[in-house]
Amino acid sequence: MVVVVSLLSAITIFIAGWINRKTSCYISIATLLGQFIASLFILHHVMTIGPIYYRLGGWVPPWGIEYVMDALNAYVLVILLFLGLVCVIYSKRNIEHELPQKVVSFYTIYQLLITGLCGITVTGDIFNMYVFIEITSLSAYALIASRGKIALKASFTYLVLGSIGACFFLLGIGFLYAITGSLNIRDLSLLLPPFYGNKVVLAAFVFFIVGLSIKMALFPLHTWLPDAHAFAPAEISAMLSGIIIEVATYAFIRVAFSVFTPRFLRLLPVFDILCWLGAAAIIIGSILAITQVNLKRMLAYSSVANMGYIVLALGLSISARTAPWGGLNPALMHILNHALMKGCLFLVAGAFIYKADLWYITDFQGLGKKMPYTCAAFVIAAISMIGVPPSVGFASKLYMILASIESGKPIFVAVLLISSLLNLVYFWRIIETMYMKRAEGENHSHASHKAHVQRAEVPLGMLLPIWVLASLCIIMGILWLANVPTPILNQVNAMFRLDMMP
Amino acid sequence: MIDIPEYLRPVVALGCPALGSIFILLFGRRPNLREGVTLLAGLLQFLIVFSMVPTVMSGKTIQSYLFPILPGIHFGFRVDAFGLMFAITASFLWILVSIYSIGYMRALQEHAQTRYYFCFALAIFGAVGVALSGNLVTMYIFYEILTVSTYPLVAHEQSSEALFAGRKYLAYLLTSGVFLLAAIVFTYSMAETTDFSPKGILSLAFSSRSTLIFLFVFFILGFMKAAYFPCHSWLPTAMVAPTPVSALLHAVAVVKAGVFGIVRTVCYIYGIDLMRDLGLGIMLASFAALTMIGASLFAVAQDNLKKRLAYSTISQLSFIIFGVALLSPMGVTGAMIYIPFHGFMKITLFLCAGAILVASGKKNISEMAGIGRAMPITMLAFTVGALGMCGAPPVAGFISKWFLAIGAIQSGQMVFLALLLIASLLDVVYFYPIIRTAFFEKMPQDEVLKEREAKVALFSKKTEIIETRRPLYYFILLPIAITASFSILFCLFPDLFHIYGLAQAAIRDLFWRF
Repeated sequence: MVVVVSLLSAITIFIAGWINRKTSCYISIATLLGQFIASLFILHHVMTIGPIYYRLGGWVPPWGIEYVMDALNAYVLVILLFLGLVCVIYSKRNIEHELPQKVVSFYTIYQLLITGLCGITVTGDIFNMYVFIEITSLSAYALIASRGKIALKASFTYLVLGSIGACFFLLGIGFLYAITGSLNIRDLSLLLPPFYGNKVVLAAFVFFIVGLSIKMALFPLHTWLPDAHAFAPAEISAMLSGIIIEVATYAFIRVAFSVFTPRFLRLLPVFDILCWLGAAAIIIGSILAITQVNLKRMLAYSSVANMGYIVLALGLSISARTAPWGGLNPALMHILNHALMKGCLFLVAGAFIYKADLWYITDFQGLGKKMPYTCAAFVIAAISMIGVPPSVGFASKLYMILASIESGKPIFVAVLLISSLLNLVYFWRIIETMYMKRAEGENHSHASHKAHVQRAEVPLGMLLPIWVLASLCIIMGILWLANVPTPILNQVNAMFRLDMMP
Repeated sequence: MIDIPEYLRPVVALGCPALGSIFILLFGRRPNLREGVTLLAGLLQFLIVFSMVPTVMSGKTIQSYLFPILPGIHFGFRVDAFGLMFAITASFLWILVSIYSIGYMRALQEHAQTRYYFCFALAIFGAVGVALSGNLVTMYIFYEILTVSTYPLVAHEQSSEALFAGRKYLAYLLTSGVFLLAAIVFTYSMAETTDFSPKGILSLAFSSRSTLIFLFVFFILGFMKAAYFPCHSWLPTAMVAPTPVSALLHAVAVVKAGVFGIVRTVCYIYGIDLMRDLGLGIMLASFAALTMIGASLFAVAQDNLKKRLAYSTISQLSFIIFGVALLSPMGVTGAMIYIPFHGFMKITLFLCAGAILVASGKKNISEMAGIGRAMPITMLAFTVGALGMCGAPPVAGFISKWFLAIGAIQSGQMVFLALLLIASLLDVVYFYPIIRTAFFEKMPQDEVLKEREAKVALFSKKTEIIETRRPLYYFILLPIAITASFSILFCLFPDLFHIYGLAQAAIRDLFWRF
């Protein structure tokens, strides 16, 4: 029953954008709020009663399209809708400022994007998943390009690479269909095991990995990401970094663990390779981030590094088993954490652009006084990225370190720790500029401090989302340490039998 | 006082600075209220911390575990005698330094005072948290809070020099935090717990000797706040901070948190027996001795008073490490009581340095000729502190050095006794010139200080006392007088604040077999 509600709201979204120029924003806020609440109910339902199956059009699964809600996608859905909601509240003021001519089309495409993302998460059919991935990507191309000029080029790069990724994904689906004659995920997982040694299946798996790696911006296939994230409007950057690449990760998890099984994954060294790729992404992403002078580009490279974290955690998931850090826990945890931190940081970057058109780090001198609340939020999110306790970043870092020790790969402990130092370098540089550096001409005597600094804070509609995310960075960090949300993750692990010995 | 259940007391004690910091932010525009909150929070915290003494003295520990972080690790507090000693020191000195700060910051009309008080409260939150933590993970959380919250204080002046100091501070200490985290995680993966236990939690059953020694090196690198050679240079650089910050944080809270961590690791993670088996005691002691003597030599060369004090701190901190590394009951006692005693003495010295800066604007020792006559109370207090540092009898430093010396004899290493005495002698070498300059050299008559010509006029009259010229200065003088007199009282009554008793209780736990 609950799925119907979610589906209905997903469908009403299509209509929402077209209705009225002025109300479009409020309608999308309302629908997203509704969806978010519904998703919470779904999560609760899944946790207490069990997975929900919904057959679209009443067709029986192997032939018809089925929507499945289990702990994994209910969890991702909640994160996704939450960030979507926060960003849409933020966008009200920001879009009026940045894209006054395109308000209606913005919201329309935005809702399409949300629909696509929801679709990817809820679907239980792999071809249907491909369709939703395409919906998501197409609306993302449009949104990135919406600022025009240089953003067009960024969007085009994304379009080309994204399409290649989608092709790979489609090829993988085709191969599997040729072997098994089914597209339903549950059905596939039952039909596939006899074919695990088959070359075609292996090829299909590799196609899936490559295709989704492009979507996930996994190093070295990340090249589209920095431009795309840097030139999109702020809330779209936040969505891109915070959730779109994470949903691609979700698709990856779904394919790897639901279509295939951990048993299959243990046959191949794929996940070891993933670990190394993740580690490389962490280090290189962070180093590239240090070289950036444009805040949003820097954040984008930081996203590359953070995808590295998630992929590394994913790679460790089949070898670490002990409850709190075993299995997919650290990966799923970081999906949420990264959504919070990076969402907050991009929204703050957007606030700087909104208020003073500041893009470059060196221009931030004295912002700490001008925009105290925005900057404070930035500091919280930044120390969270560095991983100072008790923030979310610390929780992720701790769990990943424990997982890599348990897997017997202490080299990744070093990678994780070095990366937190690299994070320190590039975030602290900004904090220092905002608060501590004085502008060139400023008088160094104490009297100048007495001069009243004109505050120029962003409107409440933008500040509120920023602060919701920033405070969640700390609150969730404490909750993670207190193990409040772990039952959800444990259920995911139990579903994929990751908590047992092979 | 309202009766708070015992198991909640550590939480409430930490709540004081945490809530205090929030109120400080809220009252940012009303200085009197803001500083009132600071004082109130400090006072409450001290009372609550002190109220835990009787239970702990009776040999029990107060435990309050809030929630589990990982299997075998709870986020929680376990108040034992040693932790309580550090907590008492930090919270009591916070009150005094707050009073001092009011005088200092207002007299110098410093900027960003709200940020200053806010970060100060957070730093104390971190330091007391470190003291009361029940396991390494909890301790690490507070340790990092302490690191980050101190940065704005170090870089307070916002000049390029201060920014550099701040950057250096973070680079050293967060890097060391990384080592600490690695060490903690490896400990956890071996022992499946990180709770402090008087018997130690690691043993040779878990791993090979070389691994354990390697892990110990990680721990030591992790506690870089202890400012041992060759990782000490952040501390003298950080002296650009306002003096109360140098006083409380770089003589008590921050650096002592590092030393505290080392003592915890040696005594409560490795345990005395394992340390002996591995031969780590000798290694650590030699290492500390190097710092004790080396830092003293560096101190002799400094002209900036605060920098000289900083090197003195580095040297004294290693006395503590040295005491623990002796692994003998008396040595550890000496190390433990050294923490509060040195805290009181060194804070006196720093506060005096600050008072000189406020009243006369002088930073370098060479300019301070004759200042003892212009600021008699301050310089008297300074002399008391300096004597204490050298280990002369009527001051607290004597007691702690006495124990260290006995500890060295107990451990049977006469070389260490010799090193200890040489290092103490060097303390005299770098403190004596300050006192000589201050009291026995003539003040230059034709001194020209630019913005302070009015004061120069006062200076030139021979024995004008400048330290009481403004009512605000009493805020500065009072804490100095209190800490100096405590430094003496601690020698006469070592059990004041139950410091000695607590140390005894801690030793009983640690050396239960002897």
